[in-house]
Amino acid sequence: MHAIIDYISSYLTSDKTPGAAGNMFWVLVYIMLVFAGLSVAVIAMNWLERKILAHMQVRLGPMRVGPHGLLQPIADAIKLLLKEDIMPAEADGFVFWMAPLIVVLAAFTVFVVVPFGPTHAITDMNIGILFMLGVSSLSVLGIVMAGWASNSHYPLMGALRSSAQMVSYEIAMGLAVVSVILVTSLHGSGLYGVGGAGAGDGTLSMIGIVRAQQEQGVWFIFKFFPLGLIAFFIFAVSMVAETNRAPFDLAEAESELTAGFHTEYSGFRWSLFFLAEYSAMIAVSSIAVTLWLGGWLRPFPNLLNGDTWDQAFSFIPGITFLFFAAICFYNAVRMPKHPLFRVQTIGLFGFGVVLGLIGLALFVPAVSIRVQDIFWFAAKVSGFMYVYIWFRGTFPRYRFDQLMQLGWKVLLPMGLGVLILTAIFGLWPSIQQLIQRLI
Amino acid sequence: MTPVATPFFFYLFAAIMLIGGILVITRKNPVHSALALIVALLAQASIYLMLYAPFVAGVQIILYAGGIMVLFLFVIMLVSIERSMKERQFNSQWVAGTVAAVALGGLFIAVYAKAEKIFPHHAIRITPDELLNTQGVASMLYGQYMFAFEIASLLLLVAIIGAVVMAKKRI
Amino acid sequence: MTDPNATLAHHVDIADLAAHDKTYLDANELVINMGPQHPATHGVLRVILRLDGEKVLGLECVIGYLHRGVEKIGEHRTYTMFNPYVDRMDYVAAVSNGLGYCETVEKLLNVEAPPRAQHVRVILTELNRIASHQLWLGTHALDIGAITPLFYTFRDREEILKIYEKYCGARLTTHAFRIGGLQYETYTGFEKEVKNFLNFFRPKIDEYEELLTTNRIWVERTKNVGAISAEDCIALGVTGPVLRASGVKWDLRKAQPYANYKNFDFDIPIGENGDTYDRYLVRMAEMRQSVRIIEQAVDALPEGPIMAKVPKVMKPPAGEVYHSIEAPKGELGYFIVSDGSTQPYRVRVRPPSFVNLQALDLMCRGELVADVIAVIGTLDIVLGEVDR
Repeated sequence: MHAIIDYISSYLTSDKTPGAAGNMFWVLVYIMLVFAGLSVAVIAMNWLERKILAHMQVRLGPMRVGPHGLLQPIADAIKLLLKEDIMPAEADGFVFWMAPLIVVLAAFTVFVVVPFGPTHAITDMNIGILFMLGVSSLSVLGIVMAGWASNSHYPLMGALRSSAQMVSYEIAMGLAVVSVILVTSLHGSGLYGVGGAGAGDGTLSMIGIVRAQQEQGVWFIFKFFPLGLIAFFIFAVSMVAETNRAPFDLAEAESELTAGFHTEYSGFRWSLFFLAEYSAMIAVSSIAVTLWLGGWLRPFPNLLNGDTWDQAFSFIPGITFLFFAAICFYNAVRMPKHPLFRVQTIGLFGFGVVLGLIGLALFVPAVSIRVQDIFWFAAKVSGFMYVYIWFRGTFPRYRFDQLMQLGWKVLLPMGLGVLILTAIFGLWPSIQQLIQRLI
Repeated sequence: MTPVATPFFFYLFAAIMLIGGILVITRKNPVHSALALIVALLAQASIYLMLYAPFVAGVQIILYAGGIMVLFLFVIMLVSIERSMKERQFNSQWVAGTVAAVALGGLFIAVYAKAEKIFPHHAIRITPDELLNTQGVASMLYGQYMFAFEIASLLLLVAIIGAVVMAKKRI
Repeated sequence: MTDPNATLAHHVDIADLAAHDKTYLDANELVINMGPQHPATHGVLRVILRLDGEKVLGLECVIGYLHRGVEKIGEHRTYTMFNPYVDRMDYVAAVSNGLGYCETVEKLLNVEAPPRAQHVRVILTELNRIASHQLWLGTHALDIGAITPLFYTFRDREEILKIYEKYCGARLTTHAFRIGGLQYETYTGFEKEVKNFLNFFRPKIDEYEELLTTNRIWVERTKNVGAISAEDCIALGVTGPVLRASGVKWDLRKAQPYANYKNFDFDIPIGENGDTYDRYLVRMAEMRQSVRIIEQAVDALPEGPIMAKVPKVMKPPAGEVYHSIEAPKGELGYFIVSDGSTQPYRVRVRPPSFVNLQALDLMCRGELVADVIAVIGTLDIVLGEVDR
């Protein structure tokens, strides 16, 4: 018994991720936490997308189920679970059945290496970013299988489109990522800092990349300004294309292909595609945050440094939650005073109390020190999520050839250029020496 | 990381790989064959991982499972399945097949028996530290085998140009 | 494999294979059936597409899914009774349909509506033009993937429908006019409400344009897409904004003035290239021009009767008449043959959507599937009018 408790508690003093420390118990705990957190995030995202999009389009969005439609995603989930699961008679049964599983598997597996904090990751692989790109590229297999197995024209065309799209944008995406990996091998600090002690030792590990940003004292989006920014831009465009979201949602363009590759899917299988799409969005946003926006690091680590500022920034998570709680209370008070709305008012009030309690708990230093990394990471990712919704509300859809043109003729050369320039910048001292020697 | 139950996982992945390989050639439906090939490739990636070569495993997944196989499927999906279902699966060159199989088996046995002689111990540089695997691959490719690497990339470039010339009627 | 025939068939098929192999690679022509239940065919249009990959080789429209025999019904109703039926053709622009029919019968009867009625008619039809263009803009943008304009236009279209509702009680199929004048006298505050709407609507057009006109993706999706030349337009009988976007300055409001359009000052916006983007710009400009017309009409709204003297039982003299007006979608014509009885001998409608739809094949050839959607949207067809 003691041995077990020792085994469990031995990790608590470790400064590694559970996977790296080899503690299977905590690995399982983290896996469950990530899975649960992700599911909650997808549900929240579902509600937020509908609400935000609705408010952008001068309407209210879900208002009926729960206060301000808060329970709508749950109602939808139940509806989808209870719905009849239809498989077309001419479909290829096994492949049809496998496709959503592969998509979901790929979307969830990538979270094994996402670093929510210096120790808050399931494991730290030394090929972290490669693993993420590789596994997320497997989801295209699921899409192709779904489109083909449905044995119907529109899904097939959707699958063809999305596979071509994902394969081509992966290249631009990869080039953008490589330029960051190059930068991690530099150990000089500052915007244009190169060389330094231990230079030439780059890393592919997600945690390593964030640590490199910490060490160099600059988020890689600002490194070699504007090169980092361009690389980030390329990645940001390709990640929208990778996840088949507006304005690159040709694979599921409802006005052309009804619903693209998942036209023939219904009920629970369909909801798996939905789940996968949103977790893939969170996954690619996590990559962007980790590679360019300093991962779990708080904003302005150089400008506003010192213990006072650290202290001040550690309050922000708590304040944010208290702010959300205040919104809930405000809206609970504003609810119509009618017996019909009593349950909703109490519900909203209760939700506010929960958020408020979380906020208060975040003021406890012991909690906040452990959790604020996760908060900053989540805050940055949710920024990306908002931009996703914003895109959807604003942009028309690209046409397929235009999409390919953008990928191959704009982003790819840009990525190559950024890569070469980054390499030149990074090797500048050596190049300077070389030039001097030649002259 | 400490290796976990290596022999067990080796035999597991090897079995998956073999089953995948057999399915590739026995399935009549080409899409099923392609999917079985993907399974085999993924199992192979797992075996690379067990050989402390995570970089190679990652590249295997990205390139083969994620890239090349998608293009394979892309083409196969456009082929009429009804037609390919009716075609005969194997051609009947039993003699040549048997000779080739026996020769390959003999080669394997020879290599297994004389492994020490063919690959002297000092020539194999296994870096058990997987952290250095990526760097190791890089310094090998860009150091020792620079020439071969560049030749290979040139070959690929020629292949790309050839594909463009063949596919496009007017450039 | 005991059935000998099965084996035989098997062999024949393999022999076939070799023969087909030569054309195997080229035989990737795909026939896709789009509609009649498809979210982007604006109702029940069915389009059979022949595709080479995503490129359109040709297409064929199958219509008639919404056929209700409106023209035939006309032969069994009196002139007055048939009036509400025409609203159901282009249900998006019901007022224009009513205006066309009423004016045609008036021409047959040789009566003219009094000036006040004429003015109110102009106001309501131009409001209808705006409403129709709003609906077109929303759905067209939705087809191209921009979902937000739809909600903006529907929000603003609501204001027009409110005016209609207050005027005649109906929002969509209004039956606003009677042969010889108006159905109702305008309600109190009509002028003020219309003016309020104009002031409210003017900045809204800018709002729509802000979302789309300079949007890079929108321009890429619409420029040089579905272009049609002026000659082709004229040869096919295409009218309305589609014709004007190709550079032909032809608007029946100016060319053959009806109602009292000749008293109002307005421009005819035309395009240059006849592509989807130009059609978009032309319609946006037309909304602004409609605002101008309505403003002048409200300002100069005369007092007086709203009905001319028409007999209770209409028995137009035997003969035939053709009269056409500029509906939001193009030339809407009515051809009525009278045999001197209370019912028309024959009613024939020239619906703009039906004629414009002919151009779809020409406009889509060589374009991609996604463009077909854009072109169907830009033609602004209403299937109720196409099928009648």
